[in-house]
Amino acid sequence: MNTLHNFSKGIIKENPVLVLVLGTCPTLATSTSVINALGMGAAATLVLICSNIVISALRKVIPDKVRIPCYIVLIAGLVTSVQMLVKAYTPALNDALGIYLPLIVVNCIILGRAEMFASKNKVIDSAADGFGMGIGFTLALFLMASIREVFGNGTFCGIEIPVLNDNHVSILTMAPGGFFVFGLLIACVNKFGKHKPKSNNSGCESCPQAELCSKKGGSTLVKGANTDD
Amino acid sequence: MSKLILNVSPHISGKRTTQKIMLDVIIALMPAAVASVIIFGWRSLLVIGVCVCTCAASEFLFEKLCKRENTVYDLSAVVTGILLAFNLPVSIPIWQAVFGSITAIIVVKQLFGGIGQNFANPAITARIIMMTAFSGSMTAWTSPQTSDAVSSATPLAAASKNITDSMPSYTDLLLGNHSGCIGETCALALIAGGIYLIIKRVISWQTPAAFIATVAVMSLICGRDVIYQLLSGGLLLGAVFMATDYATTPPTPFGKAVFGIGCGIVTILIRFWGNLPEGVSFSILLMNILTPYISKITRSKPLTGGAEA
Repeated sequence: MNTLHNFSKGIIKENPVLVLVLGTCPTLATSTSVINALGMGAAATLVLICSNIVISALRKVIPDKVRIPCYIVLIAGLVTSVQMLVKAYTPALNDALGIYLPLIVVNCIILGRAEMFASKNKVIDSAADGFGMGIGFTLALFLMASIREVFGNGTFCGIEIPVLNDNHVSILTMAPGGFFVFGLLIACVNKFGKHKPKSNNSGCESCPQAELCSKKGGSTLVKGANTDD
Repeated sequence: MSKLILNVSPHISGKRTTQKIMLDVIIALMPAAVASVIIFGWRSLLVIGVCVCTCAASEFLFEKLCKRENTVYDLSAVVTGILLAFNLPVSIPIWQAVFGSITAIIVVKQLFGGIGQNFANPAITARIIMMTAFSGSMTAWTSPQTSDAVSSATPLAAASKNITDSMPSYTDLLLGNHSGCIGETCALALIAGGIYLIIKRVISWQTPAAFIATVAVMSLICGRDVIYQLLSGGLLLGAVFMATDYATTPPTPFGKAVFGIGCGIVTILIRFWGNLPEGVSFSILLMNILTPYISKITRSKPLTGGAEA
């Protein structure tokens, strides 16, 4: 039951991309086409499961003070293996993902799960957590890539869609479009998700104009009077 | 005397409402709209209509959906629609105009909290998004209908490529008889609208004056044709109607002047040394982003205090 929960929480409730907002860089960069997004998701999921298992297994051996370098070395080794596999079997995907494939090493999701989960939990739970987070990452990438490819390029997985292909909004495949789609998806998740972020709209402090505001101006007066003395 | 009323200032409230201000802006935009129909034909009216309807509809629907106070009747969405349409070429496909209007209202305005909360001018931002998204149809300029709607270079594009024979005369620039966006060509109508707004005190003169003066001075220094630079492109439309938006520009007169000067400098930099022939929209967006800092630096000091420096 607990293992199942560890698996399922990563998919929606603690979705790494849309709720925890981790791994933004590969999300924005590789979600221009569905194929790339799925390839990136699969590669990251594989690394995530393996790194969670290894780090969880070694959690009592790794000294606490140098744990981050140890995690990085382990993750880098796993990423290198995955990259070799991708290069050998799907060279086209390797070309499409380019630098973002080796950059999985510094993907916040993987280091984040190692630090937050795998270093404190048992091997099976960590594997389930890694698998769930990987699926969540892949799903978020797939969702973003679908929106961006269908409306930005008029294709889905490279297949042309009749009407949209002639009337596509090319900004969606560019960097600004990626940020737009990302922002809108996070907004939707916050709006319709069960876990709403705490509202900070309490008092003057949260107001962007707080420093220009008359209330703050009052305190400036007091300060001014003091420095005059 | 039943009770003593104690409340904070302001104690006198005027009869001015957002709706009346926006109505004045719409009146000021009318000459340019009429001119655009004369210059480019009835399709410009269609584009304006589509933009206005889509803007008003998306404002209404989004506020209904989010259960917010409905602000369609303050006419600000209508103004955004007209301004956006003025920034589009007349040959724009209708679905792209609809996309731009929805972006302007929902993404730029409503997602940031609606009227008064948006950090950038919705019409300008939507235009820039459309420029990036549909670069082909957004730069498909058609000449006025007299010459049977042939595509041709805008005055600024002609000037930057030194095609002197396709550069219109000053009279043509003033009357708007050249290619360009729907609402930007007729300088006379825009000036008339600007004077109306300044007389009605809807906008203050500092921003447009600083903007236009900076462009004039910098053109003079760079040895370009000053009148040509002033009357062509979107300068007048931007300076009068876009750079004077309340929510996205500094509140103090000095801040407004700084804002205008900044816009002018960026416009000239893009026009003379940038890749694009026109930079008004980018300059306004850039200065919109800098507005909080300008407001902070140029705010007026309280009368009794202000000794903290």
